[in-house]
Amino acid sequence: MRFAVLIGGLLLAAQALAIDTGGAFEDPAEQERYERLIRDLRCLVCQNQSIADSNATLASDLRREVRELMIAGQSDDQIRVFMTDRYGDFVLYRPPVKPRTWLLWSAPVLLLLGGIGIAVFVVARRVRAAQANPAALDEEPEQR
Amino acid sequence: MIPELGHFTLILALLLAIAQAVFSLGGAARRHAGWMAAGRSAVVGQFVFVALSFAALTYAFVQRDFSVLYVATNSNSELPTFYRVAAVWGAHEGSLLLWSLSLAIWSLAATALSGSLDLPFRSRVIGILGLISIGFLLFMLTTSNPFERLVPAASDGNDLNPLLQDFALAIHPPILYMGYVGFAVAFAFACATLLEGRLDAAWARWTRPWTLAAWLCLTIGIALGSWWAYYELGWGGWWFWDPVENASFMPWLAGTALIHSLAVTEKRGLFKSWTLLLAVTAFSLSLLGTFLVRSGVLISVHAFATDPARGIFILGFLTAVIGGALLLYAWRAPQLKSSAGFEVTSRESFLLFNNAFLVAALGLILLGTLYPLFMDALELGKISVGPPYFELVFLVPMLPLLALLGVGMHAAWKRGLLSGARNRLLAIGGTALVVSLVAGAAVYGEIRPLTTIGFALALWVMGSSLAILVARLRARLPIPGAVLGMVIAHFGVGVSTLGITGVQSFKIEKDVALAVGEAATVADYDFRLTALRDVKGPNFLAVEADVVVSRAGQQVTILHPQKRLYNSGGNPMTEAGIEVGAGRDLFAALGDDLGQGRWSLRLQYKPLIRYIWLGALLIALGGGIAAFDRRYRRRAESTVAATEAAATTGRR
Amino acid sequence: MKIPVRFVVPAIVFAALVGFFIVGLRLNPGEIQSPLIGKPAPAFSLESLGDPSSKVSSTDFSGQAWLLNVWATWCAGCRQEHETLLAIARENRVPMLGLNWRDDRALASRWLAQLGNPYVSVAFDPEGRTAIDWGVYGAPETFLIAADGTVLQKHIGTMSLAVWERDFVPLLAPAGEG
Repeated sequence: MRFAVLIGGLLLAAQALAIDTGGAFEDPAEQERYERLIRDLRCLVCQNQSIADSNATLASDLRREVRELMIAGQSDDQIRVFMTDRYGDFVLYRPPVKPRTWLLWSAPVLLLLGGIGIAVFVVARRVRAAQANPAALDEEPEQR
Repeated sequence: MIPELGHFTLILALLLAIAQAVFSLGGAARRHAGWMAAGRSAVVGQFVFVALSFAALTYAFVQRDFSVLYVATNSNSELPTFYRVAAVWGAHEGSLLLWSLSLAIWSLAATALSGSLDLPFRSRVIGILGLISIGFLLFMLTTSNPFERLVPAASDGNDLNPLLQDFALAIHPPILYMGYVGFAVAFAFACATLLEGRLDAAWARWTRPWTLAAWLCLTIGIALGSWWAYYELGWGGWWFWDPVENASFMPWLAGTALIHSLAVTEKRGLFKSWTLLLAVTAFSLSLLGTFLVRSGVLISVHAFATDPARGIFILGFLTAVIGGALLLYAWRAPQLKSSAGFEVTSRESFLLFNNAFLVAALGLILLGTLYPLFMDALELGKISVGPPYFELVFLVPMLPLLALLGVGMHAAWKRGLLSGARNRLLAIGGTALVVSLVAGAAVYGEIRPLTTIGFALALWVMGSSLAILVARLRARLPIPGAVLGMVIAHFGVGVSTLGITGVQSFKIEKDVALAVGEAATVADYDFRLTALRDVKGPNFLAVEADVVVSRAGQQVTILHPQKRLYNSGGNPMTEAGIEVGAGRDLFAALGDDLGQGRWSLRLQYKPLIRYIWLGALLIALGGGIAAFDRRYRRRAESTVAATEAAATTGRR
Repeated sequence: MKIPVRFVVPAIVFAALVGFFIVGLRLNPGEIQSPLIGKPAPAFSLESLGDPSSKVSSTDFSGQAWLLNVWATWCAGCRQEHETLLAIARENRVPMLGLNWRDDRALASRWLAQLGNPYVSVAFDPEGRTAIDWGVYGAPETFLIAADGTVLQKHIGTMSLAVWERDFVPLLAPAGEG
């Protein structure tokens, strides 16, 4: 059964705006924290949007939850745990760091070092070739 | 009648594509001039019939022929003519026809402009393009026929998705597809080279302008999509790291690496296997993108109506084309050796590192996009990888890339960096850093590490690019198209970096609830709601607001955000009111009617955001200028090729 | 003909990718496993739909297995599964508790009056807080809870007799049906 059909009448309002009229937090740092949290959480009924960007009912309900949890003094981690307890890791747009995501999180450094490593290896070989045969470099005509 | 003709011409196109492939490849293998000539004629024929088929579909849309299922699903009688045409490529089946038309155009151009190539090689290129054409035409005819009839005919159609009823988004697919599909030419050149076991590097010179042309189309296509998302989707974002967006960005990164690798191969006959692999990779990523968008394996806002059955066909096609090319690569590439050398700080070295970073970035995006699929397939659960991940990791290879970019341009071929260049660069780098610190403090009132780095790198790249021009002018050296193109394109990279740093660091968004007469402040700008009215459009009804923006008492502009309800139904759409300034955008979007005359609004201050797309345009312009460098238009005797041919052990 | 490994790597990597895609075509990326399976059912105590003064809570059926069905009048799939729910209710093997999600009380009551009421009781959740506690993201959703209060099974989407027989019935006896 196609997933999309099951959602019934919930608005998949990709185009409508997700505006919170609850009012911003008094403390700008708290407001920034709220905006960061809602960008990190996925709207589960949408086709790839955060709860910050979606106007679906579930998204605004979840934004309300985040707001209330913040007011109740919960930390970022506690709020994320609240969400994953109910919806699983899928609800986090920033993947959790667990053994199964180590490859994902170490990829930036691994790929960077790997790329640099290969480049260094190739350059070393070519520099040796240039040093072994410096005359050949001058023989090639300049094209530019 | 016309739809049936459209269907029929598509079948003819398929037959001609088969002829194109068979006669070209067979003729090359058997050295049969007649066959090879037949293959070339088939290209023309295929183009004619695909174009006719496309014209037939367009006609069906313009004439509002709702007896055609695809037309009925994607347009209706109130849709303005321009969008009736744009609706041709608004959904899966029509977009495939656009793919085929694009490929037919590129094939025709490649055939017409390759007269200076030796005949068997030229025929192989044409033949490979023919094989790819067969795949797409067959896909359409077996699973996605745009000309399927709706019986009984609908009295009116559904409508084109209102999101797509917009100029920028209407032209975005044709330009984007010219980019994706254009990489097929480089792919065909690479495969032909591998097939023949060519050991020289002359093909690099032939391939380069084609790659530049495709790449610049892709650059514009992506920039259009980003710009559109910004003003249409209502919350001012310009890149979402959605799988389909990533699917367009990855070929772009591969294409960028390819252009730079081609430079080295053309110039010095080096990195041949890397260049060939990149040429295969760029087009493979285009095909992969097609698969990801239409198969349903990933969730995306952009996905076409997904269907695993179609996914299977595309996957099979993908496997055949890419798998074939990669096996060919494994077989032939090991024979490509060269003995040339270069020094540590030579241009070759910098280009190699440049490509290492580009490929690392590409790998990161590929991994992040596919990781949820990997985990799900291995039954390790479901996760999401979204903007928070991509935004962070993309910086890792990008920052070093931008830093080296500025240096590499000044490096000479073969030899290391000259001391004159070194001093010049230190001066530019120092200035960039100081200006960025000062500007951050003075204009925006604060200094942040990442922001400073971003601005400094942007100014560094821009300054370094201009310095090339200045150095050449001072030395009274000529400035060939390739050099001018490089300077402009790199300058554009700096401009985009400036825009990205500015908007990500200093943007301000505020959600407010206002009644007429009330105001809110965002970053010294006062946004006052002064009026609300009902508006009637060609196929929609809307509520429009007047938002007067002023600063220090002076009126700056009046914005007119709208909330539209299209007659064909569906969700309400927001049209933001945007004021473009030299250094910032002001943005207002209507949310919901909260009752008692109050409406929710999103107000935004977006500094430097336009520079992102301005930079992209400069990049594309640079690519275009480089593509038309005189030396590509000459019948070139590549002296590099002569040297290589003499040094190597001969062909095949 | 010896081919150095590094030239075969691209083809191997690609083959692995294709393998993943083949598997991926059979998966549904949007269907999320519930993290509640095997965990205690989230507690709630809400107003009854029909009678605001009485409460319906998660402990009403402790000691026996029970079903929770999340539904609403605006949900097309709920309308489609209603006959199946009535059939399951008639089997009388496990009691069914309805959770009316983000709905209008009057509309919901009328809906049940017109179409039939498979539920022993209906909890009214107009703000959706309890639904969030149960990890509900799209109606209809149906849960099977064991006698000891553990969530055993969840079905997202329209309930059908086929799904009932295949995924729920085998769990009823061990769950402690009354």
